[in-house]
Amino acid sequence: MTHRIKLLTITALLLTLSPQVTAEDWNGFRGPQGNPVSSSQLPLEWDVEKGTNIGWKSKLPGRGVSGPIVVGNRVFVTASGGVNQQRLYVLCFDVTSGKQLWRRDFWATGRTYSHPTSANAAPTPVSDGKLIFAFYSSNDLICLDLDGNLKWYRGLAHDYPKAGNDVGMAASPVVAGNVVIVQIENQGDSFACAIDKNSGLEVWRKPRDPRANWSSPTTYTHHNGAPTVILQSGSGLNAFDADTGASIWDLGLSCGTVCSPLVVNNALYVTSGGITKLDLNSSAEKPKVIWAVNKLNANGASPVVLGDNFYALAGAIAKGANSNTGEILWQLRLKGRFWATPILADQHLYFINQDGLVQIVELDGDGDSQAASIVSVIDMGEPILGTPAAADNALFIRSDKHLWKVTNTTKVK
Amino acid sequence: MNLSIATRYFPRTIAITLVVLLYSPVHCVAVEIGELTATIRNIGPKGEGHVAAQQAWKSLAAQPVSELVAVLDGFHGANQLATNWLRGAVDAIAQTALNESISLPENELQAFVIEHDNAPLARLTAYEWLLRVNPKLKESLLPHFLNDSSLELRRDAVESLLQKAKLSVSDSQPETVIDAYRTALNHARDLDQIDEATKQITDLGGKVDLPRHFGFLLDWHVIAPFDNTNAKGLDVDYSPEQEANRLIDSDATHEGKIPNLKWKSTASEERFGIVDFNGIYPDKYKGAIAYAHTTFESSSAQNVQLRLGCINANKIWLNGKLLTRNNVYHANMMIDQYIVNAPLKKGTNRILLKIAQNEQEESWAQRWEFQLRVCDTNGTAVLAIDR
Repeated sequence: MTHRIKLLTITALLLTLSPQVTAEDWNGFRGPQGNPVSSSQLPLEWDVEKGTNIGWKSKLPGRGVSGPIVVGNRVFVTASGGVNQQRLYVLCFDVTSGKQLWRRDFWATGRTYSHPTSANAAPTPVSDGKLIFAFYSSNDLICLDLDGNLKWYRGLAHDYPKAGNDVGMAASPVVAGNVVIVQIENQGDSFACAIDKNSGLEVWRKPRDPRANWSSPTTYTHHNGAPTVILQSGSGLNAFDADTGASIWDLGLSCGTVCSPLVVNNALYVTSGGITKLDLNSSAEKPKVIWAVNKLNANGASPVVLGDNFYALAGAIAKGANSNTGEILWQLRLKGRFWATPILADQHLYFINQDGLVQIVELDGDGDSQAASIVSVIDMGEPILGTPAAADNALFIRSDKHLWKVTNTTKVK
Repeated sequence: MNLSIATRYFPRTIAITLVVLLYSPVHCVAVEIGELTATIRNIGPKGEGHVAAQQAWKSLAAQPVSELVAVLDGFHGANQLATNWLRGAVDAIAQTALNESISLPENELQAFVIEHDNAPLARLTAYEWLLRVNPKLKESLLPHFLNDSSLELRRDAVESLLQKAKLSVSDSQPETVIDAYRTALNHARDLDQIDEATKQITDLGGKVDLPRHFGFLLDWHVIAPFDNTNAKGLDVDYSPEQEANRLIDSDATHEGKIPNLKWKSTASEERFGIVDFNGIYPDKYKGAIAYAHTTFESSSAQNVQLRLGCINANKIWLNGKLLTRNNVYHANMMIDQYIVNAPLKKGTNRILLKIAQNEQEESWAQRWEFQLRVCDTNGTAVLAIDR
């Protein structure tokens, strides 16, 4: 399949799932395809002290490990503050100038506690191009339009009071069909549910195993045409019709509880001991395993795939593999501990560790001949746990206290 | 107008005035806002009332900024969900006004903020918008917040006291500085501010009874271990639960994971009242249940809160009635982690805790402990009459 056909296929899938999202938007955790690959031209060098290639930097009113999202000429980010992280913020900035266009304040209705390195604002918001769905560890789900007008507010822990994890929850919501889907798995009221985008009313709800899980749902279009959501947990791997909640398949495969499932070209990659690739193309009742490789793994950041290449980070070891076979092609030791999923753009992987150290890895060649090397290391000077967004030839990074736009502001020689 | 004329025409005057008021635009707006906020206050759990509330919200958010206080009035009696819908409307109205260079009604907002009968979160909202447009107002407003039921407003007032105490160190006697910090401490309800005031007071030679400040219960009778293999014991009615509403018998023996268990007394000396079962039982039982029992002498029948911090699965009974059950293991522990409303009776109240340890082997899954305090809804300690 040529790159052009791949791009058309991805665009068609994207339009099916979220009709208002454009190819330039970065509308949720890991971008519009749930696979953090961007066509943007991102800088390879910047300097936060000198301001080199820093488009703008804006102070945030609270903390957060959620990633920013970009819709049109606006970037949105959530934050939480207050003594117990009970204050919830949704903020909107102008992509070009960094000017704060609006800010909305709310109060959490569920449990707000978390590990000190995390925050109530942990899940990355998602947008269908018209509406923003901001979700928090306290299980508050807020729907606003792009101008900050409230459409509805749900306190899912207000409805199900035992829902919560005092270490913090982090699963990001997804939009599929006419619903927004949240995965709330914990030792108390554990469930996943779909909320109608426009009314805020529950469409379906599925009890889940009462075990802690931080993995986010992902979406794809089933071969029967149904918008489909995939949920992974330590107890198994499930697919549901997003609009009806009908079970599409149920695989008793125990999966990781931190990384999120990844769908690329009708193949599903999950962490399960190592990495397992499953075939979503087949009309078989359940997806079949294509390969499973124990020596490939991911335990904080989620994996990335482009064409014939697969990338994952386990601890501080980044590995590149053949996405068709799982054969490991290269590995590279990075510095630090990672939670942010890397972004892949223009043959470069952007890894950011939790201390805010950006490590840019250049990919030389593709397919089985690919090699990798670190070409740039940049200290952002603040903790970073959220996955960045890439759009408008810029990287949008959310650090503990700031939102940054990193872009080529200087002319490239 | 003489008295006879006034008497003659007064009823008619009132009637005309009422008619004018009823049909005046101002009254219509007020009525409409009242109806709109009432519609939003009808929001219930699980999306109840959303359809009507969505329409009401649109109309509310389109109100002129002159009606901001009327919208804030609508917070009164609102549940947590409706409060957030109303906050969204206030933010939209105020932001629109500022974008159009229209001033906020500062005087009305100030009056609203200092009136403690208004809803705490509505007052906080008004305060935050006032400070956005006129930060200088903060100093004049803070003295109104020292005993505030809005803990966020109270926090700002306490912060100001802490700063003033800090500034007084260089030119005041230690006793004066201690008094200043003690005033801050007495009003503080947030842990970080209590910690800061306590540290400064003790560094200056003063003393602070932290467990008393919080209302932590320190004296307990405990008994363990009962079986919790495979985490199956939380809902097993072991023999100590028979004593949830009566005086415990220290001489009686109970059959647990090991035979002939007896209640033993213990007193926490930890600064936040933590009772550590691994310290009391050096065998550090796993897959085990411990019970803790205490009494609370209340001066009157009163509604209080029992606030538990616990890293293990737990249950709380008050006078034999189960108040809460939390089947959560090793997911962090902090002060006030689990809050339950508790109706105390006058005289002796009996509190029984069940604290369940599981069998996880990870180093971070070994703690087996709790802390419990009695306080009001603002976190102010409620002390037993014999303390």
